[in-house]
Order: sequence, then structure tokens, then C-alpha cells
Amino acid sequence: MLSITGIKKGIVIDHIPSGYAMVIFDYLNLEEAKYSVALIMNVCSNKMGKKDIIKIENDVNIDLSILGIISTDITINIIDKEKIIKKYNPEIPMIINNVIKCKNPRCVTSVENNIFNKFNLINEEKKEYSCEYCEDIIVVDKL
Amino acid sequence: MLKGRSIICPDDLSIEEIDDLFLLANDIIINKESYKESCNGYILATLFFESSTRTRLSFEAAMHKLGGDVVGFSDFNSSSVAKGESITDTVRTVECYSDLIVLRHPKEGAPILASNVLDIPLINAGDGAHYHPTQTLTDLYTIYNYKKKIDNLVIGICGDLKFGRTVHSLIKVLCKYKNISFVFISPDKLRLPDYIIKVLDKEGIKYIETDNLDNMKDLDVLYMTRVQKERFFNEEDYIKLKDKFIINNEVLKSAKEDLIIMHPLPRNNEISSEVDLDKRAVYFKQAKYGLYIRMALILKLLGIK
Ligand SMILES: [Zn+2]
Repeated sequence: MLSITGIKKGIVIDHIPSGYAMVIFDYLNLEEAKYSVALIMNVCSNKMGKKDIIKIENDVNIDLSILGIISTDITINIIDKEKIIKKYNPEIPMIINNVIKCKNPRCVTSVENNIFNKFNLINEEKKEYSCEYCEDIIVVDKL
Repeated sequence: MLKGRSIICPDDLSIEEIDDLFLLANDIIINKESYKESCNGYILATLFFESSTRTRLSFEAAMHKLGGDVVGFSDFNSSSVAKGESITDTVRTVECYSDLIVLRHPKEGAPILASNVLDIPLINAGDGAHYHPTQTLTDLYTIYNYKKKIDNLVIGICGDLKFGRTVHSLIKVLCKYKNISFVFISPDKLRLPDYIIKVLDKEGIKYIETDNLDNMKDLDVLYMTRVQKERFFNEEDYIKLKDKFIINNEVLKSAKEDLIIMHPLPRNNEISSEVDLDKRAVYFKQAKYGLYIRMALILKLLGIK
């Protein structure tokens, strides 16, 4: 197995469904991160066949709520002084801020520039969200 | 307290707050003189990004009757917005000149966007076919005036029940009153959407859905709506359906003596003009109640009453 040096401080996002590391990289805007970011893809996993891993060095204050949309089986490890100080799975986010856009052509988001897109969870089971502005409902089960 | 709040959708008001507005509107009707200078020194801004003459006139007349002033635009094409200014920039500017903004916009959710950047209250005067809370208040206040209550009524709603979201808002608010039952009259293709049916079922509200006018004798209120041409894929379907639910003297023969017939106007031909002379036709009176309820709302939002 490919080995990547452990990090002293930062975040390790593990058990990412294979192929989604790039998607997360884009949505978290990690290309603009100040510190090293490692994308490890197609890692063999006993549990899930193949998985992706992302390691982000130093920065621990990243909004990771969006990960819950991709999979609630993802594991988030917060590392400090080479130890895991917190380990948790993301939840389906109650609010999605500025990640997805409303598809309703009658929605004000279709005409106003620089609008802050916001969606509120209305049905957790079906992963249905409604637009803050027009209340149109969309299913957000992948990005 | 309604002072300083924005009214975006009918749900922004509780039943108690709506009752307070009714009482204030009643008092305005009785003591018109004493409200003549209530809004002296206050300015209402009417920003109409699409034209709606009836609604704008109603708000402007309401403010004038309270002794306040009005600024604004109703001709979208000549306003700075036509030059590409954002909604939020426009309302931020207008906020500097006014105490209360009335906004009409063709896009759904525009009033939420606008109110998010404002410190003064905003009234949604219609955002596309989304919400139109003062229309809903007008409808409720009209019923209240004729029936002296909004409980224990059988309410018929006829026409386009599928796309008319202001009708959906009205139904949702009526569900909060005691012992209301509905008769929904529409062509099969224009029946109420599932989400409203779900609300009714959840609240345990009695209703029937029908495609004919046979239940006329049971109704206390008949609320008519327009069937709009643009809802149909082809002309033929439209012509077939539009005349199927016409209210005329013949249809009204079986109706109660104290039925009230309402319509948000403008009408197409769903109410025959011969009905205008029937004392049960109240659709031309609705505008009057709309004026007084808007006066009451302005006074409450400005914290004057
Ligand atoms: Zn929207």
C-alpha cells in the first residue's frame, strides 16, 4: 500500500467513496489552502473495496458540513500533535450554504448577481432541500 | 408586535396578529377622521419591478389616507434597475429615503433577498406567483366582514387550483381557523397539488374535490379564480376548459341567501356580468377591504398603532 507521511496537525478525511476526493477538493476549495493537501485515491479498503483519503495539514477550521451529502460514512479525524483528538462522521447538513444553485428559472437567484445561495433541509430521509428564496425543492444526494 | 417586521408570506402573521389587524381595520372604517394624520412625516416606498396597478394604487391610497407620503417607481423600464442594478443595491438606496418598502417583483424570493439587507420593514406585494400576503389578508378580511368570523364555514374554491399559489396561501391560512371545510371545484387537470392535500389531511380538514358546480347549495363562501391561458399546452384544451365553470344566475339559484362570491380580479369570463347585480357578489367590495387592511398593516409595521 502507498504510504503517506502522517501529519502532525490537521485533518484527515478517510473512507471517502472512491472517486470523490477530487469532488471534495473542489468544493472545499482546497487548491487555495495555505498548507499541504494530499489526495490519496483508490486506496484498498477492507470495508469498502476502494476508497479515497484527503489529508490537510495545519488547517483545522474548515467547514466540512458538505461532506454529509456525499456520504455519512466518511470519517473525519482531527489531528493534533500527531494524535487523533477527535473522530466523527459527518451528518446530513441542515443548511447548505453557497454550494449548489437553484434550478428554478423563476427564482430570484437566476437574476441577482453575487447572491448567497442557501438551501434548508426539509426531509432528511429523501435528502430534500428547499431553496431559501423560492422554496423550490431539490434532492441533493450527490454533488 | 408587528413593529419593524417584514411581511413576506401569509405565514409571517399569526392568527392573533391577523385578528388584531382586523380590529384595527374595523376601527379605521368607523373612525376614518382620527387616522387622517397618523402617518404624517412617514414615507412609504413602492418599488414595482413589474406593473400591478391595482395593488400599487391600493398601497398608495392607504398611505395617503393615513397622511403619509409615497415615493417609488412603477415603470420598471425607466428605473435604474433596468440598467442592471441589483435588487439589494436598489432597496438599500431607497431605505435612505423611506420608512417602509412595498416590493413587487416578478422573481420568486426577491422580497426575502431584499429584506435580508434592510433595517426597515418590507411588505411583499407579490413575488411572481409565489406569495402575495396582502391579497390573502384582503380575502380574509372580506370574509370576516361579511360573516363576522372565519370559523364554521364551508368555503368553495373554484378554477385553477393547481398553479394559483395565492389560493394555496389562502387555503393554508384558512386551515388555522376552527371547523372550516372546503369544496374544491376544478377541472381534473387543474386540481390542487399534493402538498396542499397533504396539509389538509395532516390537519384533519374536511374537503371534497369535484369537477362540477353541484355543491353550490352547501357553500358559505365561493372564491372564484381565473383560468389562465398560459397554463395550457394548446389552445384547444384551454377553450374546452375555460367555460366549464361559469357562475351565472342559473347556477346561483340553489345557493344560500347569505353566500358571498369573491374573486381577486381581474376576471375573465368565469363570473357572468349578470351576477354583478346579485347582492351576494362582493368582488367589487374586496378592493375596499383591501385598502383598510393595508392601512392597518402600515400602522402596525411602523409601530404607530
Ligand atoms: Zn430558488
